[in-house]
Amino acid sequence: MNQLPTTAFRLLAVSLLLWLCFADKVQAQTPPTQEQTKATDAKPAQDMPPPEKAPPLPAGMTGSDASDPRFNLKPGLYDAGEIAKGLRHIQLLKKPGAFQLGSDDADNPKVKQTLGVLGMSDTSMIPKPFQLVMAQLAFANSDLAFQGKHLFMGNFYGVNIYDISDPAKAKLITSMVCPGGQGDVSVYKNLMFMSVEMPNGRTDCGIQGFPPTPPPAAGKAQGPSLPAPNKDRFRGVRIFDITDIKSPKQVAAVQTCRGSHTHTLVVDPKDKNNVYIYVSGTSFVRQSEELPGCSAEGPDKDPNTSLFRIEVIKVPVAAPQNAKVVSSPRLFMDARTGVLNALSSGATHGTGKPSFSDQCHDITVYPELGLAAGACSGNGILLDIKDPANPKRIDAVNDPNYAYWHSASFSNDGSKVVFTDEWGGGMGARCRPNDPNVWGANALFDLKDNKLKFAGYYKMPAAQGDTENCVAHNGSLIPVPGRDIKVQAWYQGGISVMDFTDAAHPKEIAYFDRGPVDPKMLILAGDWSAYWYNGHIYASEIARGLDILELTPSEFLTQNEIDAAKAAQVAELNVQSQRKLVWPAKLVVGKAYLDQLERSQALPADQIADVRNAIQTAESSKLTKGLAKLQSLSRSLKESAKTAKSPADSNRMQALADILQRPVK
Amino acid sequence: MTKYLRQARPLYVGGSRKIRILVSIAACFGVLALSGLSPVRSYAQQPASERPVVVQPGAPGKPTKALPRTTKGKLPPVSKADVQFMQGMIVHHQQAVEMTALIESHTENKDVRSLGARISHSQSDEIAFMKRWLVLRGQPIEMTMAEMHNMHQGKMSHEAMMLMPGMLTAEQMKALKQAKGAEFDRLFLTGMIQHHGGALDMVKDLHDTAGSGQEAELFNFATDVDSGQRAEIRVMQNMLEKIPSKEKR
Repeated sequence: MNQLPTTAFRLLAVSLLLWLCFADKVQAQTPPTQEQTKATDAKPAQDMPPPEKAPPLPAGMTGSDASDPRFNLKPGLYDAGEIAKGLRHIQLLKKPGAFQLGSDDADNPKVKQTLGVLGMSDTSMIPKPFQLVMAQLAFANSDLAFQGKHLFMGNFYGVNIYDISDPAKAKLITSMVCPGGQGDVSVYKNLMFMSVEMPNGRTDCGIQGFPPTPPPAAGKAQGPSLPAPNKDRFRGVRIFDITDIKSPKQVAAVQTCRGSHTHTLVVDPKDKNNVYIYVSGTSFVRQSEELPGCSAEGPDKDPNTSLFRIEVIKVPVAAPQNAKVVSSPRLFMDARTGVLNALSSGATHGTGKPSFSDQCHDITVYPELGLAAGACSGNGILLDIKDPANPKRIDAVNDPNYAYWHSASFSNDGSKVVFTDEWGGGMGARCRPNDPNVWGANALFDLKDNKLKFAGYYKMPAAQGDTENCVAHNGSLIPVPGRDIKVQAWYQGGISVMDFTDAAHPKEIAYFDRGPVDPKMLILAGDWSAYWYNGHIYASEIARGLDILELTPSEFLTQNEIDAAKAAQVAELNVQSQRKLVWPAKLVVGKAYLDQLERSQALPADQIADVRNAIQTAESSKLTKGLAKLQSLSRSLKESAKTAKSPADSNRMQALADILQRPVK
Repeated sequence: MTKYLRQARPLYVGGSRKIRILVSIAACFGVLALSGLSPVRSYAQQPASERPVVVQPGAPGKPTKALPRTTKGKLPPVSKADVQFMQGMIVHHQQAVEMTALIESHTENKDVRSLGARISHSQSDEIAFMKRWLVLRGQPIEMTMAEMHNMHQGKMSHEAMMLMPGMLTAEQMKALKQAKGAEFDRLFLTGMIQHHGGALDMVKDLHDTAGSGQEAELFNFATDVDSGQRAEIRVMQNMLEKIPSKEKR
């Protein structure tokens, strides 16, 4: 279909738009017509629960910063106010048509029809804007994965695949319809993996879900509830062959008892023939009539309960159709007593409900370290994954300010772990001025000798409004050498870039934010994941589409540091499957270290200037001149490293010295 | 995102003018999108071979089919069981709020008081969420007597029909109101454990009913009720062990 509107249509549309906006102002001052009265005075609208009042800030706590310019941005879906610092918003690619309800216009007969199907026969009783936003979660964008020039954006309704070879001209290639929520996605070579947890998931990717029991015959009472086992229902992990990027083919669908809320790809460095999938299920256990062996009983009643475990799927790379669950590790077990629910810490704070560790929400693996960090509802846990099919818990932490352990990531050197607390589940406004800055925050832990030790909290500092769902969510490392930097999505709080080189004192170095979708009503939106991939930041906006951004130099980050980050290229990125980032021995990487040494005043100014000049000479001659000078500076830097004030600066000097010794083009 | 949909509460306030403004804002969006004036690129300039495709895979091993480029999203219908689940859970939650309201005048136990405050807050929140869910779908907030009768297969007395699973009977509520101190604590905790257990049964019934629980918001909410109340039951069981029983006193 040709989607290019003619000029005439555009003009017509603009005048209509102006009329509508203008007409509103006129109408607002005239008495309502009968038609309008009908919609507004209808009983249900009056029964709308009143707006939530933000509870007072608990004693001794600090709230979010209401003086930040991000606090009062103009609301709007596509015309919301935007603000950025240290980031540039390149573009938003709107959610494709196949992933939205029939129309944007509530008066369109198609919408009415759809709403009718949804069980809303009398739509005149429903304020129209509500009709537009009702079905939103069913089409919410979720997590991202990357491979080569392709970006894979998960959605509750399927997956969208984009070509990002030119990020400024990124384009949609494929909309793959396959509902089941939440559509967490990973890629490995020619395989794409996708999480499904909802009861409408079907093995055949059908959108129809499953029909209700037919109504009882006239005169007869409704019979008792019937179990609904169905062999066509799918809850678990789907596997697609993406050899043809325009036509992903489902090759396997591995069923699990609780479905898959998230999953994590595990590539075992010792096993090239198989990959593993850790399945985190947080939903209800299905009946054993549908999937044999499933049990929702407590561990005291049933030692084979489907609770208190994760599942591990083994996928033969050459024969993915043979993928199957090979183990169900009891990550919460006390190894000594065999008690399955040994980690029931009951994380909670404030007015929230407690979270117990009978499930993991998400796991991040770092196979090169043989470790994984699990965010498991009531606890953060550390796993030994050297035997990937049999992960073993080696440490567990809790935190009095945590409500729900949601996700985890390692620093590149493995010396730190960042956990997130999804207080309010991502649907709540949790960055209001009265919300404590240690609730719904990142918790940073130092990791040494397989022990986690708390170091500090980080919460996006700006306050957000009552209608902006906001809490710590998914992010990835930005590979600036010599520093620990993470870009992170905060739903409608936008994107915040955190420097956690000093884990006890993390700080914000860049941000992007836009106003709420609506000023009166919390409409689910905002960035779900914000990840750095080969030079740009990509974010999955739940309601709006795909955001693409880039870093810009600031007082906290130099152009050299940004360029050095761009030098660390990867072929594939699944953020929860961490791989060690390495930088080529390019002089630009050296210049990033040099900028950092200048910032921390770790070297005398004349030594900095000497190195800078020598690098300039070598660079401008394309490494044909001045190499001897670089080597001599390299030797003196190694000497300086021995007496550096901080280990971080010492490491930077050492790394810079190594580059100067043997720079590459 | 986890499962807690209940926090998505409307901040919408009634009033005809506001509604009209919202309607016109929505209309503006619609026109913006149609007119191509939104800051969103059109694919029209791309040659046909480069335009995005819409596909739907088949079951494992089956071919993937191409859908028309104009395909729009569609959802499975909300079932009667979904609506009744929400209506029933509102009644169910209201009793929990009623029980927690007694705490102030009936016990000084710090743990019970703080637990009660949490339950009261979260269940009130959830009631607001459920009402919104129903209102948005043009459904009444209360079940009709006929529907209730059908649900219980006509086997129950009027009073029993008003009670959702796990709810305290009139006698139990009366005993709770008359108790003070440690006896109140004990009755409150045992009562609330029974009450929460009923919510778990309601979630199970929902998922055991064909065609229900497929709506994303309701699914997340039911998931949250299940895990949250399961956890709270354990907290209360631990508290109960610390309370001196009647016999020991």
